[in-house]
Amino acid sequence: MKNKVIRGIPVSPSIAIGKVFLYSPRDITFKRIKKKGSVDEEICKFEKSRRKSLRQLRALKSELKKLPTKEPVRLIDIQILFLQDPLLLNSVEKRIRNNKEAAAEAILNLLESLKRDFQEIPDSYISERYLDVKDVGDRLLKNLGEDKIEMELKGHNNIVVAERLSPTETAQMSVDKVSGIVTERGGKTSHIAIIAEALNIPAVVGVNGLLNETESGDEIIVDGISGIVVVNPDENTKRTFEQKEKEAERIQKEFLKHKDLPATTIDGYSIDICANIELPMELGFIKKYGAKGVGLLRTEFLYLTSESIPDEDEQYRFYSEIARVCSPDYAIIRTLDLGGDKVFKTKTKEEANPFLGWRGIRFSISNNEIFRTQLRAILKASSKGNIRLLIPMVSQVEEMIEVRKIVKDIMKELKKEGHPFDENIEIGAMVEVPSVCLLADHFARVVDFFSIGTNDLTQYTLAVDRGNKRVSGLYDHLDPSVLKLMRVTVEHAHHNNKWVGVCGGIAADIVAVPVLIGLEVDELSLPPSFIPQVKNVIRGLSLKEARELLTQAEKMRSATEVREFLKGELLKRFPSLKNILLEVEK
Amino acid sequence: MYQKKTKIKNSLGIHARPASMIVKLASKFESKVELEKDNIDVNAKSIMGVLMLASEKGQEIVVRACGEDEKEAVKAVVELIGKRKFDEE
Repeated sequence: MKNKVIRGIPVSPSIAIGKVFLYSPRDITFKRIKKKGSVDEEICKFEKSRRKSLRQLRALKSELKKLPTKEPVRLIDIQILFLQDPLLLNSVEKRIRNNKEAAAEAILNLLESLKRDFQEIPDSYISERYLDVKDVGDRLLKNLGEDKIEMELKGHNNIVVAERLSPTETAQMSVDKVSGIVTERGGKTSHIAIIAEALNIPAVVGVNGLLNETESGDEIIVDGISGIVVVNPDENTKRTFEQKEKEAERIQKEFLKHKDLPATTIDGYSIDICANIELPMELGFIKKYGAKGVGLLRTEFLYLTSESIPDEDEQYRFYSEIARVCSPDYAIIRTLDLGGDKVFKTKTKEEANPFLGWRGIRFSISNNEIFRTQLRAILKASSKGNIRLLIPMVSQVEEMIEVRKIVKDIMKELKKEGHPFDENIEIGAMVEVPSVCLLADHFARVVDFFSIGTNDLTQYTLAVDRGNKRVSGLYDHLDPSVLKLMRVTVEHAHHNNKWVGVCGGIAADIVAVPVLIGLEVDELSLPPSFIPQVKNVIRGLSLKEARELLTQAEKMRSATEVREFLKGELLKRFPSLKNILLEVEK
Repeated sequence: MYQKKTKIKNSLGIHARPASMIVKLASKFESKVELEKDNIDVNAKSIMGVLMLASEKGQEIVVRACGEDEKEAVKAVVELIGKRKFDEE
């Protein structure tokens, strides 16, 4: 279809024009088999395809028999056996009958699970037989009328289009070949959004109906500023977006020029602006975007991208490198925050309510070995620079007391072993659960600092799953209730001489900058590419007016009111921001 | 039910070709035929099952069958694995 405009949620403020790369082959196949028949029809379809495949293979076999070598015949032989395997036939039928999967879906899903089975076999000669199974599967799909799908990214200017992308899938994408990302699912703070921001790739998520409108190779525009996606744009549309892209780039460049100026308001109030980092390849962004160290190092990637749990040495090397790059500024390392949307597949069982379940510090305290390994690595790295320790998903004071006990214990251990470490390492708690805000004066006695994670704090305060498209519209970190919780936290922390940082999505939302300054938090940590513009806004504000804006915002009754109000005030002061302001998700 | 133990003697173990041979042979019998290694049972008529056993040279395998022709089935499979060494050497 020509010039098809679809709207989604913008998550990374830039624009790209490129060609569609459909990421997951399943999505494509599922799209094409939308007209799923009844169970019996699907079983019949499968059986027909199986018989056709058998006929083809037998014909091929008799051809190959004429050859002098026997190996090719053997390969076909084994494929024929796969097609007749009672176990495999039974599981396809079960999938169609019990799981109500379409024939093609059943084959793809079975292939996925066989792939894992084969991978577990240490004998590489046998594990490679998966390729034979895969060949058979592809033949079956083809005979069902499904195409074989290319997975490899080729050339540049690929816009990856997918139903959703897992953190691991995203991490394994070759970034230099991807110039934009569009997903059918996901919200403003889903993982893909965080990564796209970090890598400065335009992205739009939550694009309903996307997969029905796109084919691999289509031309597509991704506008991560307004959340618009255009499939097969006409010349006029293309020109408009190219202009917009240039303008956005120009403004970003302008900001970038002043990236190293301090974040100080007109009336002299200063705040630290740090970077949120997750991947080793982002380390270069610290200097590039003028960050003062790392305010949040997420460590989940270490665990999610490797087959086994990373050992102490591997972690120690990574953390030491961060410490070295940031020096003399600090790097805050957050311990493993597994659970929720970053499920550790092999270790954790599915939970009915993962966001209210066994995640963050709850998981770590009960997985002593994993936790101690990470803490040892962090503590050892603390001798290489200025490292601080941050604990995620804290909800009870006792948890922080327990953490301190464990850290003390490990320090004793390291001393005995003769490893140097920072004996006064600061230990902080993430503020994500409203209980921490309300009991902040108790927490202030057992922590050295607080770091407010507004994504989860908002989600837990408003009872909104940010990844659920049906309700994600209710999610906005500018909700007055969230502002009040932040205010309580800052007041109690400062009263106890403890400092407070903000590392959630709110810190990268320029509309929210005035209220964060008004709250007088001590540090903001955000995806590096947003730092120049946030600093720019801070330098144009005064603390006095920021306080007033906050007071007014807190009196409002909804996030929409707050956002409209702040946006108006911001544009009054910075008219040029109009072109890069993310449109609010409605 | 009838069962017998045997040892894998060919140098590559039960890789693709031997696995195919076992499946083809076992499928000729009416009985249910199973292989057991390290307390794992697999259907000897399933190529997937036999491959998943990942048996190497020197390992012991129990061949078990149940049905009208159980004795013949076990004897044939044991012979293939132990005596004929999959006709490899």
